[in-house]
Amino acid sequence: MSEIFDIYLLEAVLNGLLLGGLLALLSLGLNLVFGVIDVVWICYAELIMCGMYAVYYLYVQYHWPLVLAMLAAIALVALLGWILHQFVIRPVLNAEPINQLLVTGGVLFFLQAAATLVFGIEFKNLGVTLPSVRLGEMSFSAARLVAFGAALGGVVGLWLFLSRSYLGTAIRAISQDRAIMPLMGVDPGRIFALTSALGGGLAGLASCLLVLQYDIHPSIGLSFGPITFLICVLGGLGNMLGGFIAAFIFAQFIAVGGFFFAVEWGYVIAFIFFIAMMFWRPRGILGK
Amino acid sequence: MNYPLHLAILVLLWGYIYTSWSLMGRLGLVSFGHGAFMGIGAYTVVMLWNHFGLSPWLGAIAAFVFSAVVAIVIGWPCFRFRIVGHYFALVTLALSEVTRLIFIAARDHTGGSLGATPNGALVDGTSASLWALQFSSKLPWLLIVTALWLFGLWVWRQVDRSMGRLALQAISEEEEAAASIGIHVTRAKLRITIISALMTCAGGILYAQYQLYVNPDTVSGIAISLQMVFGVIAGGMFVMLGPTVGAAFTLLLAEGLRLAFGNRYPALDATIYGVMLVLFIIYMPKGILGAALEGWKAARRRKAAPA
Repeated sequence: MSEIFDIYLLEAVLNGLLLGGLLALLSLGLNLVFGVIDVVWICYAELIMCGMYAVYYLYVQYHWPLVLAMLAAIALVALLGWILHQFVIRPVLNAEPINQLLVTGGVLFFLQAAATLVFGIEFKNLGVTLPSVRLGEMSFSAARLVAFGAALGGVVGLWLFLSRSYLGTAIRAISQDRAIMPLMGVDPGRIFALTSALGGGLAGLASCLLVLQYDIHPSIGLSFGPITFLICVLGGLGNMLGGFIAAFIFAQFIAVGGFFFAVEWGYVIAFIFFIAMMFWRPRGILGK
Repeated sequence: MNYPLHLAILVLLWGYIYTSWSLMGRLGLVSFGHGAFMGIGAYTVVMLWNHFGLSPWLGAIAAFVFSAVVAIVIGWPCFRFRIVGHYFALVTLALSEVTRLIFIAARDHTGGSLGATPNGALVDGTSASLWALQFSSKLPWLLIVTALWLFGLWVWRQVDRSMGRLALQAISEEEEAAASIGIHVTRAKLRITIISALMTCAGGILYAQYQLYVNPDTVSGIAISLQMVFGVIAGGMFVMLGPTVGAAFTLLLAEGLRLAFGNRYPALDATIYGVMLVLFIIYMPKGILGAALEGWKAARRRKAAPA
């Protein structure tokens, strides 16, 4: 009896690890945008929702090949990120910081309502089921394995881009000192727009992986939006590595908490842990 | 007759709740967690009534104690450790999600995401039970929420005239400087947070009793917390009647569009509202009433000045 118990617990821990990869991917774009532009996109999860609808419609309604539909969705969400920055964030860039938070909250409201208006409230499903992978007596969803791999790929790719390329260097420079870079010939406006598109693209990548595992509906953003913000804050807003670690911590709370109690209790424990951590390390686990 | 009465009740009740939120919001404490206090009020009272037959009047006392404890447990460390701005908003966001998830997770007692209905007290043709806070007609409700709304405005005025308001305003502009001239930052913030939380809790209690229904998503969580924040922004958070104007505006927008288009376009009102919110925050950060008052003042100044 105790042996079976342990293997299920191990399965929960490993599933938590896979969930951690997905959450890490979710928080990546948000963290990038915050680190560079110093703005929290409250509507980030709604951008992901747009990407999910794009994959769904291109693949199911217009019969595009799945990979092509996903690439198009990534491009679309990257465009949305750029539009969001140019038309919504830019006008309030010098306003009070809380206004920037609130204006993207307005976008959240708009996207959620517009999705209800255009797509209806029905749950939509891609109809693609990836097989589950068996390892001994444990089973894992292949979609989660793919997501985990994509998350690692996304993190490494982003790190290479930021550390090796000219544009990446400019992005990092601007995030360190916003005032001095224009003197060095870097145009902050262009870098911000580029970062927003990149953040949007990462949201698009996350949407491609979420759409494999979850049904799409207009309020799906509310179900994983909060946890994405909390991961970024727990890791230290703008701190990629911190966010990555925080994602795995949160995922373990949810998976193991959900194993012992109901899954909502896993979330409750994770959120309470977050609040407690904020008091202990207000600038995040890796914050100064 | 019932329909306008229903609208008036909702405008006043939400106006009161938005006013309660603004007590903090206009002084730089932007909370995304007031859904938690509303939910605690609504659920504590309904659960105590359903499971123990405790009158909402007594349940309200428990709800107030509970809300105050939560406000202190979250507020004190936040203020003590100088968690402000984005961070304060996101910590309180976590709080409102925690309450929502607890209501769902404790589904054996609360009915989970399906919500719960307070046991009916109006049997055998009785039309009102003050003990159970249930009335079959809407008139008593209008009186109750009007009184509550006036109370909210009165609190606003008292806060406005107090030393505490000046202290908080100083804090919201420059926290370190305020502390350096001897303002007890933590105490000043905690006091206004508890007032605001208890008032929101009272709003939650009455909302549940009026609707005779509680649901985790409609009384707590991120959605309802954002609804409060945005209602206030639309109306204007720096003037006394601003939050009420915001409540009236959002409700009348929704109802107006529903009358115009029927139910053909669900969420049309929310779509338009979302666009307006974005425009408000960019171009009219003082809200409808704030901007109107400013325009009126400017016009009067022009008239007063000789041409």
